[in-house]
Amino acid sequence: MAIQNVEQLQDMHLDVLKEIGNIGSGNAASALSELLQCETDITVPSVKMLDFDEAVNFLGGPENIAIGMLVGIKGDINGMMLYVLQQSFASKMTSTLFGSEIEDLTNMNEMETSFISEVGNIMAASYMNALASLTGMMIDISVPVMTVDMVGAILSVPAVEFAQVGNKVLFIDDSFIIGSGEIKSNMILVPEMQSLETLFTRLGVSV
Amino acid sequence: MANVTVGIADLNVVKSPDALITYALGSCVGICLYDAEKKIAGMAHIMLPLSKEAAQGVDNKRRYADTGIMELIQTMNLQGASTSRLTAKIAGGAQMFSVNSAVFNIGERNVAAVKRILAAYKIRIVAEETGSNFGRTVLFHADTGMMEVRAATKETKFV
Repeated sequence: MAIQNVEQLQDMHLDVLKEIGNIGSGNAASALSELLQCETDITVPSVKMLDFDEAVNFLGGPENIAIGMLVGIKGDINGMMLYVLQQSFASKMTSTLFGSEIEDLTNMNEMETSFISEVGNIMAASYMNALASLTGMMIDISVPVMTVDMVGAILSVPAVEFAQVGNKVLFIDDSFIIGSGEIKSNMILVPEMQSLETLFTRLGVSV
Repeated sequence: MANVTVGIADLNVVKSPDALITYALGSCVGICLYDAEKKIAGMAHIMLPLSKEAAQGVDNKRRYADTGIMELIQTMNLQGASTSRLTAKIAGGAQMFSVNSAVFNIGERNVAAVKRILAAYKIRIVAEETGSNFGRTVLFHADTGMMEVRAATKETKFV
């Protein structure tokens, strides 16, 4: 059976994605720990399939202002990853590193912007390295492009892409523990359906 | 007066004094149609240009500019509006991320498709807040036909 629609994915497939997410998040936590010079840990991520509206509400509602970082994936699998970082996440990062909090995402300075973009780069690379090493696939990622805007508008980008293959998005929900605080990071994965099939086949999971 | 929400890939019609609202349009386009004589307002929130481009059949006609606008006009006419009296205000169609590829100029393609389809119905576009790179929330008032456009870092516009 070919996968034509994310809604065809079963628990078994989600478990595989969760495991990849788990390893990726572990890599991301150690990379962040090094960058921030601060102990960083991660709880087991959850991987869900959500409707567009559910994903938007999960991220604080359509008009909530957040950072969106989009990374293109190319190689043996193709698609895109979208990171959505909330103000609390960004602020925790900058306060840990520079001691300055970000109160208004729409008003970040150049240093904060480039630092947050670097964090996105690290996260994307961590997940994709996990995926590449588990499957032996060649995967290239593009430099993340970033925007600060309403969550609903940011999510319309993967939603449009997904609309052509299904109504749901693959949503990875991570909790990082940085120093003493726990912060959420969310990633939306938009693989081409053909790529998902390749991925599961490589890992020996029947599709 | 009530604000009636229009979700993504959805549409709705209200009469004065109610209003329609759709949140955070990114590359999607909000199409507001108005019959000033009957004070009937309709809004569609489309995601993609044409239903014939759908990869595996059209499961939701409201997702596409062509079938969405057609259904919006039909719904308005059922409530007493007339196609010949309708005027249009459109918003959205932004490019949220500055990347050069077909997927990312979907906003521009959406706007172009909406304009072509409205022209085919001979519906005049009297206001337009489209393009650029930011999200927009749109309110459309059935009592006045006024479209209100809110954005994260811009002043609210009334057109």
